Amino acid sequence: MSGISYSSYKPTTKVGKWMDERLPVGRMFHAQFVDFPTPRNLNYWWTFGGILSFCLMAQIVTGIVLAMHYQPSGEMAFDSVERIRRDVNFGWLIRNLHAVGASMFFIAAYVHIFRGLYYGSYKAPREILWIIGVIIFIVMMATAFMGYSLPWGQMSFWGVTVITNLFSSIDSIVPGLGTTVVEWLWGGYSVTGVTLNRFFSLHYLLPFVLAGLVVLHVWALHVVGQNSPMGLDVKTPSDGVPFTPYATSKDAVGMFAFLLFFCWFAFFLPDYLGHADNYVEANPLVTPPHIVPEWYFLPFYAILRAIPSKLGGVIAMFGAIAILVLVPWLDTSKVRSTKYRPLYRWFFWLFVFSCVALGWLGSKPAEAEYVFWARVFTFYYFAHFIVVMPLVGWFEKPLKVPGSITEAVLAKNKGAAAAAPAAKS
Amino acid sequence: MAIEAEEPDRRDFLVLAASAFAAVGGAMTLWPFIQQMNPDAGAQALASIEVDLSPVKVGQAITVLWRGKPVFIRHRTEEEIAVAKAVPMKDLIDEYARNAALPEDALATDPNRTKDGHENWLIMVGICTHLGCVPKGQAQGDSKGDFGGWLCPCHGSHYDTAGRIRKGPAPRNLEVPVYNFVSGSLIKIG
Repeated sequence: MSGISYSSYKPTTKVGKWMDERLPVGRMFHAQFVDFPTPRNLNYWWTFGGILSFCLMAQIVTGIVLAMHYQPSGEMAFDSVERIRRDVNFGWLIRNLHAVGASMFFIAAYVHIFRGLYYGSYKAPREILWIIGVIIFIVMMATAFMGYSLPWGQMSFWGVTVITNLFSSIDSIVPGLGTTVVEWLWGGYSVTGVTLNRFFSLHYLLPFVLAGLVVLHVWALHVVGQNSPMGLDVKTPSDGVPFTPYATSKDAVGMFAFLLFFCWFAFFLPDYLGHADNYVEANPLVTPPHIVPEWYFLPFYAILRAIPSKLGGVIAMFGAIAILVLVPWLDTSKVRSTKYRPLYRWFFWLFVFSCVALGWLGSKPAEAEYVFWARVFTFYYFAHFIVVMPLVGWFEKPLKVPGSITEAVLAKNKGAAAAAPAAKS
Repeated sequence: MAIEAEEPDRRDFLVLAASAFAAVGGAMTLWPFIQQMNPDAGAQALASIEVDLSPVKVGQAITVLWRGKPVFIRHRTEEEIAVAKAVPMKDLIDEYARNAALPEDALATDPNRTKDGHENWLIMVGICTHLGCVPKGQAQGDSKGDFGGWLCPCHGSHYDTAGRIRKGPAPRNLEVPVYNFVSGSLIKIG
């Protein structure tokens, strides 16, 4: 972006000038979040990056407060969470914001991921940006999983039991190794308060790891520049507008809409996305009749159960996430945005449908017809990446892509946009 | 391209020795931080428990807790034993007995899953070998699955009246722990 970068940063105060000569933090922020040229035609799907940053900060703030009242021991965890909900001043609010916040974080993340898939934001030169995103997604899932264990209800306990037991499938490759790994994770021969305590420690650590990864993600984004709904980069000054006020104010509108949705759940439906069984204290002798993970893990859980082999199911489940790393190379199309890909568009929506269907099937018992359909959609999930992405890219004849963002915007607005301010150069 | 092989000099030796020293030192420093997560001596101490079987009538089952795990004890009926014995070995998903008292390659015949002379008592760790849930089939109203034994509610593994996996994703038969009949109806597990 060197061709169109410039700095409008002029420290006015003496302190500002003194600082600018020693550690130009202000100059850096000004360059990245005020002057940074952002495509002039971004739509509201692009506001979810900012929303996600907000979600991470909100989880860290509410989480630190909850840790002041929570007791990470097998005997006291369940009661301490109830105490937070009933006795601690505003504990009900902070606890609901944190629990609902996890779901909202995943809603925003899934929108953000599908947006990237639709507009081809993973293609060159954004491969590293995309891969860091996949790593963020994985760390987010580990964090959410450990967080869900902390209330120490029945779903917490049995969720931890089932997921940690996934590693025992290594036994079928190296006999004994899987059991060794699982007992190492547990710190015993079954899930106990010892396990809970270490999960609490890691649940506190990982959000800060996430914050570091987000810095790398944003850094990579600001090196290559943002993708746009046309799949075009900012190439000339008239393609872009300064990040502030244009992108910041659009982000603010998206954020407020998202917050309304968030608050509606936090205040009126705090337990809607959870399970009643988690208000029964953990009991190692009784497995609830129907255990399911939190909604955001359901598609992967359905894939796990669709494969009639323990090791195969585990490999498919982790593979379903890991395959995202290869997407930049699996998609052979030269056109980024699905907007200009008439054939791929159908497959994209079939993929979205498969993910939603897998989510629904993951919430159902592992019985005959549900397992059948879970296998059908699991097949398509993988076929989409391994077969559809490479082949459609080769055979499809894409529509004509506009020459530049400016050209596309002007054509759409029939010249009316000529008055829109462009980034200075 | 000619490669000139030089005699290793004193600097090569120092670099190699220093790197090896750092690698071994690093590994030794890391070890306590990994090992601290393993079960400690307190958890390892093989706690054994004694259970009196006399109140358990034919057809009934009880669950006891041993080393933090549920242990299923079922007083099998004549019919259940006969059904388990009639199963041909080729119908089994896992052909090994998984009995801690027997060699690892002992076959999963019904006698190998129980104690000689006590074949009416089936005693197993009640943890599904798939992903560690506790199967249903102990309580009166529970579904016992397609083979009259146990049914894991989590992912649909069916076990027969000898606790052998017959259908579903679980790879192994339910594990039989070490136990002994101390006297008439008293057993010691562990």
